[in-house]
Amino acid sequence: MTQAILREIIDYANRANPYPLYEELRKTPVSHDGDGPYVVSTYYEIQSLLHDPRISSDAKNLKATGDDPLGQGQGEEEGATLPPSFLKLDPPDHDRLRRMTNRPFGPPHAPHRVHDMREELGGLVSGLIDGIATTGNLDRVDLVDQFAYPFPVSVICRLLGVPHEDEPRFHVWAETLAASLDPDPDADPAQQGKGAMDARMELGMYLAGLIEERRKNPGDDMLSQLATADGPDGSMTTMEVLSTSALLLIAGHETTVNLITNGMLTLLRHPDVLQRLREDPALSVPIVEELLRYEPPVQLLPQRSTLTEIEVAGVTIPKGASLWLILASGNRDPKRFENPDRFDPDRKDIQHLGLGSGIHSCFGAPLARLEAQLALSELARRLENPRLLEDPPPYRQNAVLRGPRHLTISCDGVRP
Amino acid sequence: MSGDGSLEHLKREGRIVVVGASLAGLRAAETMREKGFTGSLTMIGDEPYEPYDRPPLSKQVLLGKATADRTALPRRRDIDAKWRLGVPASGLDMAARRVRLADGDEVEYDRLLIATGVRARPWPNEAEGALDGVFVLRTRDDGARLERALAAGPRRVLVIGAGFTGSEIASACRERDLPVTVAERGAAPLVGALGGVIGEVAAQMHQEHGVDLRTGVMVTGLEGDPSGRVRAAHLSDGATVEADVVVVSLGAQRNTEWLAGSGLGAGPRGIACDAGCRAFNIWGIVTDDIYVAGDVARSPHALFGYQFLSLEHWGNAVAQAETAAHNMLSEGMDRRPHVWIPAFWSSQFGVNIKSVGVPPMGTEIQVTQGSLAERRFAAVYGYQGRMIAAVTFDNCRWLPFYEHQIETTAPFPPPFSTVDRRPEGHKPMPADFPDPSVPTHGPTITLSGYSPADRTMTFTPARH
Repeated sequence: MTQAILREIIDYANRANPYPLYEELRKTPVSHDGDGPYVVSTYYEIQSLLHDPRISSDAKNLKATGDDPLGQGQGEEEGATLPPSFLKLDPPDHDRLRRMTNRPFGPPHAPHRVHDMREELGGLVSGLIDGIATTGNLDRVDLVDQFAYPFPVSVICRLLGVPHEDEPRFHVWAETLAASLDPDPDADPAQQGKGAMDARMELGMYLAGLIEERRKNPGDDMLSQLATADGPDGSMTTMEVLSTSALLLIAGHETTVNLITNGMLTLLRHPDVLQRLREDPALSVPIVEELLRYEPPVQLLPQRSTLTEIEVAGVTIPKGASLWLILASGNRDPKRFENPDRFDPDRKDIQHLGLGSGIHSCFGAPLARLEAQLALSELARRLENPRLLEDPPPYRQNAVLRGPRHLTISCDGVRP
Repeated sequence: MSGDGSLEHLKREGRIVVVGASLAGLRAAETMREKGFTGSLTMIGDEPYEPYDRPPLSKQVLLGKATADRTALPRRRDIDAKWRLGVPASGLDMAARRVRLADGDEVEYDRLLIATGVRARPWPNEAEGALDGVFVLRTRDDGARLERALAAGPRRVLVIGAGFTGSEIASACRERDLPVTVAERGAAPLVGALGGVIGEVAAQMHQEHGVDLRTGVMVTGLEGDPSGRVRAAHLSDGATVEADVVVVSLGAQRNTEWLAGSGLGAGPRGIACDAGCRAFNIWGIVTDDIYVAGDVARSPHALFGYQFLSLEHWGNAVAQAETAAHNMLSEGMDRRPHVWIPAFWSSQFGVNIKSVGVPPMGTEIQVTQGSLAERRFAAVYGYQGRMIAAVTFDNCRWLPFYEHQIETTAPFPPPFSTVDRRPEGHKPMPADFPDPSVPTHGPTITLSGYSPADRTMTFTPARH
């Protein structure tokens, strides 16, 4: 019996509430069995590994164990036609690509990019909620399909400069690629890898076409800026633009959906907080922060490896070992947070791991925060007496990017 | 003292006086209230302003992006204090437990916290220092005045001293497209704080950004025009620099003169205290009612061989204030030591510089990540086979790792490989700190011996 821990983490039966399992895991900060990865579940250990330069994000540094049943090291990128995105690279390549990607996205060169999208995002949110109102059937609203999914998808498409009418095609590729991040011990890795590779290929070819077009007629979207930029780091190769924009698309797609859905689910389970948010939209800021701790959309990071033998919490981890950092477990570590299982937006000390930490900390964090804040405060304000019809709701398969597949509610009306 | 209820009495209705109304004083006061101190609290400060933040003064303020009067420190809580602002303390009567103020008033205390910090070291020639156009940078008023002078578009700025403040000023000048000359007594900028290897990187930064950097020279005199405006400076190598703004950036002096004759162990190197922030008297005996925190304090640090460290670091001021406040309201085993790991940051020429540990203790340095040539790296300092400090240029996200290594006395050179290790980082090299017996202008960290009796180290620029 090897890798019992992994099976439990991946087990769909734990999806709706993985926290008791995490509590169990934390009794051993570093768990390991069979030839599986070293699973790290406690806050301080995860936090320090995220800043540890002896840890690599590059799959090349994993010691290939021929019989690795999880297909570690052959996730979405391996063997595909696109080079790995910066998420799966180490410095200096990671730093260079991330820096170049940041130039059109954030400070110091683009300090207003996210802020300036506020009005546009507000418009998208209003439009989607108006849509809920006009569908007529308020007895049965799926907040995922009708709101939490289409919103971030539209945002990332606008940010990148992807035409609105192409969104459905993206949807399919993104879903396949996100699913490929989910380690499934029972799936045929070759098959899973093939599906992801095909989706990545198609996505790449589609993006290549767009980039070609943007090089001729650049706009102020990020795709144009990535394709035409020529800064102190030089410019990106076409392949780099492709893998970077594919990364932004997937990461900007599948995570915010879950943040918003987990957020509404949590608020519906805490009606007092929902009521406070309705009265004070500014409360959305601490609410989103606490959500990132309490129900993080990225539950674990399964792709780190050791460059050298290291000791963590008394356990010697050999060189080339695979590490899984269970962020969601660290976020509920009672050694770090008082009453960690309590959802408390008034929490003062909230240095959570929900967006990672260190050089790979979430690139899109400012945008994700803004999207979730706007979405939750508007839903709270406009939905009249919303009620959860199914608790727990049905979850997606994915243990890494965890979130409900549907969030069915009813409400009495939609305020203007 | 213990167990007789006096501590409870102190917490309930004692009198606590804080001298120094800046970062350390404010954070200490907040901590005391947080811990349930309900007695009377008096905050004494020589400046007329409520506590404000200094780091922006040499950065955003000089760039005109923030104004000096908008850097008030955020308050953690209401401290319900009597404020005596704009009145410096002028003396201390330890026996009678009284602080004398410059306006003749006296304030009695049961517990005293001294957080009087440091001030800019003035130009040693008073007449030259008084010339119009000669500045120092330490206070809010200094920042506002210097910003106005830069905004007026001087033909050339001369910065004397290339420590952190001097380098940040030079960087701000270049960002404003002002011609600037930097005169540095050491072999390179930042050499006192980070050593010659890193100093060389800093020198390249100055040069690539168009700073006229002169190292290994001293300014021997400033010259004014008949109207009393500065117009030129003379250097020890015989050169003359024509400048209409001169910023004297020669480090800091501790504000301890007001304690002269009080019997407290206070001198030019600060006020010696134990690891619990209790001040020593001149016999080296610890007091139990006088505490010190922030830039003016010197306390022994167990991790660094119990050396008395005196740190002009923002984070140290906060942490030491919190520890001092805690200990002022505790007794016996409840007291805790100030074992903060020294850390500081700077921002200059678009590069974020951060450091942990005590670099000047290091004898060797090794670049563990990135590259000096790219000015994006992490380097660690070695001292007798252990890691004693680390510095990053545009690479600060790795710093917590190195901090932990230093805390756990990890070996040097580091026996492990890291991401982004380049060929140049495969072996240590001499860290190249200047001979400590030769003063540079103002190392950010100054170390001294075990005894509270001071070795003096005074900066004396050569005269004509």
